[in-house]
Amino acid sequence: MTDASKRVKLLYFAWVREKIGRAEEEIALPPAVTTIADLVGWLRQRGPEFQAAFAKPEVVRAAIDQRHVKPASPIAGAREIAFFPPVTGG
Amino acid sequence: MSVRVQQENFDVGAELAALSKGRTDIGAIVTFTGTVRATSEGVPISAPISAMTLEHYPGMTEAELARIEEEANARWPLLASLIVHRTGRLEPGENIVLVVTASAHRQAAFEAAEFLMDFLKTRAPFWKKESGPAGHGKWVDARECDTGASERWTRPHPSTHNH
Repeated sequence: MTDASKRVKLLYFAWVREKIGRAEEEIALPPAVTTIADLVGWLRQRGPEFQAAFAKPEVVRAAIDQRHVKPASPIAGAREIAFFPPVTGG
Repeated sequence: MSVRVQQENFDVGAELAALSKGRTDIGAIVTFTGTVRATSEGVPISAPISAMTLEHYPGMTEAELARIEEEANARWPLLASLIVHRTGRLEPGENIVLVVTASAHRQAAFEAAEFLMDFLKTRAPFWKKESGPAGHGKWVDARECDTGASERWTRPHPSTHNH
């Protein structure tokens, strides 16, 4: 069930993308990372650009496979996970 | 039911004509057009924005708009609906978004159009960046009142009172 080398595509939008300095990447999910909140915590350890993007993690929104999710949402089986600011269209 | 995300402008009259062509069952059509303002909260009248750039999440945007439209069709007896949202660089006065709802009677069309806009503003993955006269960009902050407008459609359900 838990595949240690599970790969997932990460997408970043708007100021989250600008702070991180890239629009997308593919990562191998560590087995201990099972929720969106876990993933945010893990990303923050990767460098100052991620700490800047997730300085207020409660502000950053997430989507799994193009559907809105909550921080506690499990990420098992996700192919694409996106992080972005609150939306401002319309 | 139809949603479109595009860079080019839209013609409200042409969209209406296409939507109602050959239809004799429609008794009410409501349209909402959102346009770019030169000034807003935090943008002084003396220094209006010169442009706005809309970024979005290709794929999720269309999926989310379709889900919102599906929800509106489940709540109201709509005979037709359309959402068109523009992306890219837009100048003050230009169109941003078009919502059209058609029903046999006006109440459903009015309410569904408002519902579509309220949900679009809080759920569809678009982000606006304003460019000032000096050319520097500033991401627009989400507005609390938009969240409130969206939540009123779910207010009767106690399960939504969780913040």
